[in-house]
Amino acid sequence: MNWASWILWGFVANVLLTTVNSATQGLGVTRMNLPYILGTIFTPDRDRARLYGYFVHVGVGWILSLIYALIFQSLGAAGWWRGMIIGVVHAFFFLIVVVSLLPGLHPRMASEQQGPEAQNMLEPPGFLALHYGARTPLAVLLSHAIFGALFGAFYHVK
Amino acid sequence: MGVSERCPAKIGDYGVIGDCRAAALVSNRGSIDWLCWPRFDSPSIFGAILDRERGGHWSICPTQEFRVERAYVRDSNVLETTFIGPAGRAVLTDLMPVCSQEFKRRSLFPDHELVRQLECLQGELEFRIDFWPRADYGQQSVDLRTPGKLGLRMDVGAGAYWLRSSVPLEVHKDHASATIRLRQNDVVQFSLTYAEESPSVLPAIGDGTRRAIERSVKWWQEWASQCTYNGPYREAVTRSALALKLLCYAPSGAVTAAVTTSLPERIGDSLNWDYRFCWLRDASLTVRALLGLGYHPEAESFLTWLLHATRLTQPQLRVLYTVFGQIAPHERIIEKLQGYCDSRPVRVGNGARNQLQLDVYGQVVEATAQYAEFLGSFDRMTQNALIGIGKYVAKNWDQPDEGIWEPRSGRRNNTHSRLMCWTALDRLLALDEKGNLQGVPRDWFTRERDRIRRQIETRAWNDGLQSYVATLDGDGLDATLLRLAWYGFEHADSARMRGTYRKIQETLGAGNGLLYRYGRDLPEGAFGICGFWGVEHLALSENTLADAHKTFRGLLRYQNDLGLFAEETDPASGGALGNFPQAFTHVGLISAALTLAEQERGKAHPAIQVGSDVKPEAKS
Repeated sequence: MNWASWILWGFVANVLLTTVNSATQGLGVTRMNLPYILGTIFTPDRDRARLYGYFVHVGVGWILSLIYALIFQSLGAAGWWRGMIIGVVHAFFFLIVVVSLLPGLHPRMASEQQGPEAQNMLEPPGFLALHYGARTPLAVLLSHAIFGALFGAFYHVK
Repeated sequence: MGVSERCPAKIGDYGVIGDCRAAALVSNRGSIDWLCWPRFDSPSIFGAILDRERGGHWSICPTQEFRVERAYVRDSNVLETTFIGPAGRAVLTDLMPVCSQEFKRRSLFPDHELVRQLECLQGELEFRIDFWPRADYGQQSVDLRTPGKLGLRMDVGAGAYWLRSSVPLEVHKDHASATIRLRQNDVVQFSLTYAEESPSVLPAIGDGTRRAIERSVKWWQEWASQCTYNGPYREAVTRSALALKLLCYAPSGAVTAAVTTSLPERIGDSLNWDYRFCWLRDASLTVRALLGLGYHPEAESFLTWLLHATRLTQPQLRVLYTVFGQIAPHERIIEKLQGYCDSRPVRVGNGARNQLQLDVYGQVVEATAQYAEFLGSFDRMTQNALIGIGKYVAKNWDQPDEGIWEPRSGRRNNTHSRLMCWTALDRLLALDEKGNLQGVPRDWFTRERDRIRRQIETRAWNDGLQSYVATLDGDGLDATLLRLAWYGFEHADSARMRGTYRKIQETLGAGNGLLYRYGRDLPEGAFGICGFWGVEHLALSENTLADAHKTFRGLLRYQNDLGLFAEETDPASGGALGNFPQAFTHVGLISAALTLAEQERGKAHPAIQVGSDVKPEAKS
């Protein structure tokens, strides 16, 4: 295991992933802002939530990149295309599994069974997070593929 | 079969039940003729209101002659239909069970449920029960399966419906039925559920159903008791609030315009549209209604939806969105359905999705400005969104657009759209003055706002008619001109507004306070909310408060026996027309009642509080 390579490139790839996530929202590709969703676990303040969420997303992603590194180690090689494939699988796991669990995990997110009580909550993501825009799955796939490709390209297997 | 035999109940003969995610229409003959699950704009499973033969229905109705009395259980959306026959009396209770989030955390609760309970109160009555589900707007028959004693299961697409019944039903391939005789104190219960996740939750019937009814009544009554309104016509206002609450989609905070599609604006005609989406034109009145009645969580949820669900298209705003902020689907025609009383076509989706309506910008900003009176300030993202909307308005206000009524005949220079652009810039400037917004380009917004004012004052005023007119340099009238005073552009008592009101009454008046929206010779009824705009205009004028009350009372005659309004009213018969029940009409009623109450107490009108350039005399 190449710890130095993981620490450096895991961090760099995650900063890029988080930035791409925020950019796809800012550019109107999707309404989903993952740092904002994560930040609202801790605070309802929209401005602070985005800040906290950015760091949480980088941190969590950094840890998850360890799994990428372990897969590269077990394969005996890294490389951008291997990283991209893992990134795409990661994205599908996120879209199909994690997103469906979010309303149960997040204290400020409504579920589709919410109601009739009105509370100011985050709207539920729906299947493949499609409630946040039809291009949301594409944005998630793209950002994770870039993340995997970057990490795979620069991670050195020991 | 003649047209009358093909007709379901009259539109006004329906009642609505719901759970703030979906709704059903129940006729005064005990037939559920409209139900879409899992949400308002999903395909119907019962659609007999649009085609008695093919749409599907679930009726529970006496086999002998009967008369009927209906009412909601006090301050609730639990509907009771009492059948009175020659030998007995029975009450049918219809509802979609609701409960608190706390209760849901503690109990297994079906994703979606509709409960029906029939209780014989006196004597003896025979009933026929017919259960005819038809999926996808009647286009698909449904196979009924009987897995043991649990009930009937119907698999439709990715979802499963379950019907549980306390009486045995004769099950055929695609429908179930029974004829039962009830004696005093006999009770039969039914529970229809829908789930897209398996296993489905199968609710207990018997005591479980009774408890679900009690819990739902209690929940609605507690919600209704939070209403802080204590002005005139409280009963009508409370019913409107309950109807509006049913149209709120709780998971996102959106408010849908109506629960139906394609109920016609004229019987037998083609003015049939799908209203199961969220129209931004309703925004400011909806927020005013919710805030004015003390329902701040609903107002906050709606405003959050308004500003953030529409983010993908900002700074441009579409006319309508789905409950999750997606652009409404393309309009298509369901050829197989005959339409309500042969009113074809039946449309789903809405073609207005591609229209330009500049008035929506003013609606959104006005709603925000009203809410700011309670909230104070906005986070940076919201501020940026509002300023972005302002910049779009400042650049684009001088364009022709389709306008609030969404005609499909092209764009015009609509006075109302100009008024709402003026309102958008005026309210943004007022928010800036109050310190609620940072970074407003004041000089630019002020300049454009004043240009709009000059344009309306010069080109939307017709000297010959002595009235404001619907389009620049035009000579047509439009009920939206009454809003010039409501938004503070003109004082209601100015000579110009007195002339405009007089001309509107002459040209668009339909009797008893009813108003057509833009012409008497059009194939449609009087437009529900326009009458209430007339009430508000009178209330804002000096010395006409009594007239305003009289007009309001006149309009209340057109609510159905349950206090519900459709989009339009047929002035000749008094019958309801168009989609039903209609949020726009109910928010109009609430807003008018609030204005009456405010004027009686000498309180300033909200537009005066949230505006920057409202007419000086209006401030007094």
